[in-house]
Amino acid sequence: MASNSLFGPIDPATDAGYEAAPPRMGFFTDTSVCIGCKACEVACKEWNLVPDDGFNLLGQSYDNTGGLSANSWRHVAFIEQPARAHTTMPAAPQSNVAAARTDVRTGTEPGIGPAVDALAAAGTAGPEFLGMPMSDLPGRSGDGERTDFRWLMMSNVCKHCTHAGCLDVCPTGSLFRTEFGTVVVQEDICNGCGYCIPACPYGVIDRRQDDGRAWKCTLCYDRLGDGLTPACAKACPTESIQFGELDVLRERADARLATLQEQGETTARLYGEDQGDGVGGDGAFFLLLDEPEVYGLPPDPEVATKYLPDMWKRAGLAALGMVASAVVAFAGRRR
Amino acid sequence: MSPRGGDRPMVPRAQFRSYYGRPIVRPAPWREDVAAYLFAGGLAAGSALLAAGGQLTGRPAMRRAGRAGAMAGTLASTYFLINDLGRPQRFYHMLRVFKPTSPMSVGTWVLSAFGAAAGAAAVAEAAPMLPRRGTLGLARRVLPPVGSAAGYAAAGLAPALATYTAVLLADTATPSWHVAYPELPFVFAGSALASGAGVGLIAGPETPAKRMAVLGGGLELLGMHQIETGKGVLSEPYHQGRAGRLLRTGRALTLAGMAGAALGGRSRVVSALSGLSLLTASALMRFGIFEAGMHSARDPKYTVLPQRDRLENP
Repeated sequence: MASNSLFGPIDPATDAGYEAAPPRMGFFTDTSVCIGCKACEVACKEWNLVPDDGFNLLGQSYDNTGGLSANSWRHVAFIEQPARAHTTMPAAPQSNVAAARTDVRTGTEPGIGPAVDALAAAGTAGPEFLGMPMSDLPGRSGDGERTDFRWLMMSNVCKHCTHAGCLDVCPTGSLFRTEFGTVVVQEDICNGCGYCIPACPYGVIDRRQDDGRAWKCTLCYDRLGDGLTPACAKACPTESIQFGELDVLRERADARLATLQEQGETTARLYGEDQGDGVGGDGAFFLLLDEPEVYGLPPDPEVATKYLPDMWKRAGLAALGMVASAVVAFAGRRR
Repeated sequence: MSPRGGDRPMVPRAQFRSYYGRPIVRPAPWREDVAAYLFAGGLAAGSALLAAGGQLTGRPAMRRAGRAGAMAGTLASTYFLINDLGRPQRFYHMLRVFKPTSPMSVGTWVLSAFGAAAGAAAVAEAAPMLPRRGTLGLARRVLPPVGSAAGYAAAGLAPALATYTAVLLADTATPSWHVAYPELPFVFAGSALASGAGVGLIAGPETPAKRMAVLGGGLELLGMHQIETGKGVLSEPYHQGRAGRLLRTGRALTLAGMAGAALGGRSRVVSALSGLSLLTASALMRFGIFEAGMHSARDPKYTVLPQRDRLENP
């Protein structure tokens, strides 16, 4: 085992022992073009025969899935944020408490730029019948500043980490690294010990209640073997989910980020692309328009195993302390 | 992760953002079987050390109590561990591989080896009950030396058995467990010693058990104090709610047990009560630590705030 196997940039398939492994495959999920259609969630369930996770109304915008789980391997997050329109002149930023918590110029351009323009035009051009069954548009009436609104949508998935906590801690060898550099559970091996679940810094992998075993995204390992695109990426109508060789995806993401920033989307950022991060970079990474925690992602994830050598050292010291205590307890002449 | 103390120069960021307040990391799906295992495993380890000490220094009562404790602890451990699996009938899949990166895999092998040794040592105690002649008579003569060797082997593995569980909890993304990784092995080592001492004190008011109680209890309390005060916001779950109550009661009982052991003199009653107090305390501590970690995983605050802190003050 190479000394950097537990952290830092590596090629995971080669590190796992594959000879002449194919290029590492992954996802680049560009949330700036996600329209929240949930086709990815449906396609994933259909292809992988993932059972339902209840039919609930969560009261969280259009999100009634809640999060990734044993029974949801893709999850579309919906975040509603009040934000000032690009075209209106700024009043006091404090006029809206919630707006003050977002950064300046956080509009949806260029993802759905035209819609913003139309709304802004409606706000300045005075009343106009839009064929709707009455009642004003939000912010259209009254004297207060018209606030724009943005909707963040993001299809979350297993990150297929370079240093995967779930894989590191699995005691049965059920979780394994594929030749494509992805991380997959073998359901005939998993005995449901549940250790992978708290080990994941993203809270992705989960134990299925009635089944007792751990389940998560396989990056459609069965499709990859046949040269097919994973179901979610195949179903995505806007190419928000892009599948391909990770090196290519990283270049594409860098270009996309540059474009967005050029267009004034200063809060756009890549998440999980940096190979120097706490998990050695993600095999499935994202372009986000706000801080990661807004989407339910950890801001600075670290694989716990990074500290494992240190942990064993501390345990060794404690074990020595235990031996020493026992020696002291029994030392001396018997009274 | 650099845990910072309470007297920080800057006011920590009180506000944090989350996705509808939902947790980010997932709490372990473990039931309280795992907390019970932490106690039973520690009890087995502490008892094995006590038994080996008793064996070495010629204290048969202490040896017998220790071997019985180690055996009972091992059996209980095995039950709790298998019972908590999602697929208990597949428990033997644990023995497919040996993975140094998985504390659970390491622990499985340690517990298996320890269990075999502790079991042999406990069975050897039955030797005097066997007839003097025949095949069983041979066993009667062979068992004691085998039991001695097994007893020492179990004691040799005991420190590993007692401390690997701390690595098992700390090697996760569960915030309040992970942040405690430098101290948790010492707490578990101390707790195991204290519970082994508890078994010894119940057997009789002997000096080694008393010393072990004071040393183990002290180690446990010291480590716990550091975890409860030195981890900034991640110390919080150790004070709050059920975890806080369990840990406070555990601390009080540890102190009571230590005091009883140190000051109880030759009284068998005080000694036994101290032993019981230490055993209960060890169990409460394990359940408290277990619960505190679970709590820290359920609240996104404990994931976001320390990570933000790390990003903003590298």
